[in-house]
Amino acid sequence: MKQAKRGKVVSFNKWGYIFLIPFIAVYCFFQLIPLVMTIYYSFFENYMSGMTQIGPRFIGIENYITLFSKGDMLKYALNTVIMWIIGFIPQILVSLLLGAWFSDTRLRLRAASFYKVVIYLPNLIMASAFSMLFFALFSETGPINALLMNTLHVINKPFIFFQDIPATRILVGFMNFLMWFGNTTILLMAGMLGIDPSLYEAAEVDGATPTQVFWRITLPLLRPILVYVVITSLIGGLQMFDVPQILTNGKGSPANSAMTLIMWLNRHIGTSKNFGMGGALSVVLFIITGVLSMVVYKVSNGKED
Amino acid sequence: MAKEGAMQLQMDKEKVTGGIRLRRVVANVVLVLLCVLCLFWFYILLINATHNNAELSGGRFHIFFGKYFGQNWVNLMHSSINIWRGMLNSIIIAAGSAVLCTYFSSMTAYAIHCYDFKLKNVVFTFILMIMTIPTQVTALGFVQFMRNIHLHDTFVPLIVPAIAAPVTFFYMKQYMDSTLPLSIIEAARIDGSGEFRTFNTIVMPMMKPAIAVQAIFTFVSSWNNYFTPALILKSDKNKTLPILIATLRSADYMKFDMGQVYMMIMLSIFPVIVVYLALSKYIVGGVALGAVKG
Repeated sequence: MKQAKRGKVVSFNKWGYIFLIPFIAVYCFFQLIPLVMTIYYSFFENYMSGMTQIGPRFIGIENYITLFSKGDMLKYALNTVIMWIIGFIPQILVSLLLGAWFSDTRLRLRAASFYKVVIYLPNLIMASAFSMLFFALFSETGPINALLMNTLHVINKPFIFFQDIPATRILVGFMNFLMWFGNTTILLMAGMLGIDPSLYEAAEVDGATPTQVFWRITLPLLRPILVYVVITSLIGGLQMFDVPQILTNGKGSPANSAMTLIMWLNRHIGTSKNFGMGGALSVVLFIITGVLSMVVYKVSNGKED
Repeated sequence: MAKEGAMQLQMDKEKVTGGIRLRRVVANVVLVLLCVLCLFWFYILLINATHNNAELSGGRFHIFFGKYFGQNWVNLMHSSINIWRGMLNSIIIAAGSAVLCTYFSSMTAYAIHCYDFKLKNVVFTFILMIMTIPTQVTALGFVQFMRNIHLHDTFVPLIVPAIAAPVTFFYMKQYMDSTLPLSIIEAARIDGSGEFRTFNTIVMPMMKPAIAVQAIFTFVSSWNNYFTPALILKSDKNKTLPILIATLRSADYMKFDMGQVYMMIMLSIFPVIVVYLALSKYIVGGVALGAVKG
C-alpha cells in the first residue's frame, strides 16, 4: 500500500518538470544564449569604421582595459547616478511621509484612495511620450518659457533648459521622481501596514508623539523594505534610458552631461555598431546588477524568518 | 480629585483630537499639491492639443481649451506618420505579451507550487535571483542573435520572451500560496482529471484576479517599452508608438506643427490613462502584493 502510494506521487511529480519546460526553454533561448553571445562579443574587436568592418578579431580583455582606462564609462556612470539621486532623494522622503499618513489609522484620510490613484498614475505613462511632452513644454518656445516670461514676468528672455547642465539633469531627475514616488509610496505603505498594531497602541499608551512613533517604531521595523526599495530603485536607475534619450535626442547633451550608461550601450548596439566595446560594457553592467540582485534576494529572503 | 482627573483626561483628549485635525489638514494640503503636480502636465497636454501651431508658438501660456482639436486630429491623420499602424502594432505586441506572460507564468508557478521534485528549490532560487537583472544587459547578444536567426524586424522577439517573466511568476506563486489549496488538486486527481486538464480547467479560473492584474501590468509595460523595440523593429510598417514618438524628437523638431505633436503625444498617453482610471482599484492594490515578499 505504502509502496504504491509513493509510486503514484513520483509519477505525478514528473509533471513539475513538464510544466517548467516553457519557462526554461524560453529563458535559455531568449536570455541565456544572448548573454553568452554578449560575453563572447566582449572579447573581440568588432566595429564599423565608416563603411569598413573592422574585425571580428580576438583581442582578449583589451575591450575591458579600454573601457576602464578611457574614462567615458566612469563619466556616464556618474551622470546616471547623479540623475538617479536627484530623483530618488525627494522620492524616498515624500514616499515615507505619504506612506506614514496613508497607514496611520488615527489620521483617517477620507480621500486616501483617490490620492493613491492619482500619484500612481505617472508610473503607467509611456516614458518616451512623457519625455516628449516635457521637451515640448520646456523647449525654447514652449509654454513653460511663455509662462515664466509673459505671464509671471520672472525672466525677460527664454531660458534654454536643454543647454544648461543642471537644468537638464534636474528635469530628468524630476521626471523620474514624478513617475516613481507613487509606486514607492504604495510599497512603503504596505510595509507600514504590516507592522504589528499593538506596538503603536503601546506607544500611544506611553504617550509617544507621532514623530517619536515614526522614528522609533516605524523606521527601524521598515528597514528591510527600505533596503529593498533603495536597491531595486538603484537597479532601475542604472537602466535609465527613455527619459534622457528622448529629452536630449540621444545625444546626452549638453556636453554629454545627461548621457547614461544604457544610452551609451544603445549607441554601441544601434548606431556605431561597436559590438566589442558594447559587449564589454554589457558584461560590466551585468556584473553590477547581478551583485545588486543578490543583495535584493538576501534582503527579501531574510525578511521571511 | 476624581473629577479633576476626569477633566484632565478630557483636556488631553481634546488636545489629541485637535492635533490630529491639524495633521489631517496638513496631510490633505500636501496631498492635493502633489496631485496637482502629477496632473498639471496632462492638463496642459490636453489644452495644447486643442490649439493650433500659430497659437502654440506665439509665446503665450494657454490655460483654457482652444478650438482646433478637430483640425489637429485631421492634420495628424494626414501626416506622414501612420499613427494607427503604430497603435495596432503596439496593441498586437502588448496583448500577445500579456496573454503569453500570464498563462505561462501561472504554469511555472503551478509547477513550483504543486509538485515536489528534486530540482524544485534550485529552480525557484534561480528564478528569484534573476528577477531583478534587467534585459538591457543582454540586449547586444539578443539583437545579434535575432539577426542571425532572421527574427530581426519581426514581432516574435518582442512577444515570445514574455513567457519567461520572473516577476509575474513570483506574483502568481504568491497568489497560489494564499488561495490555491492542494486538496482541490487532489480531489481533481481522484475524479480522474489529467494534470494538464486540471491546470487549464480548475487552476486557471481560480487565478483570474491575479491574471487580470498581471495582464494589465504586462500590457502597459510592453506598450510603453522603447529600448528593445527600437533595436529590433526597423521598417516603418512595424514601428510601435514609442518609436514613432521618438521620431518626432529626432527629426527637425522646430519644423513640426506643434498642434500635431501634442495630439500624437495625447493619443499615446490617454488610452492608458482611461484604462487605468477604470481599473485603478485592482492596479493600485496589485502593486504592493507583487513586489515584496510576505
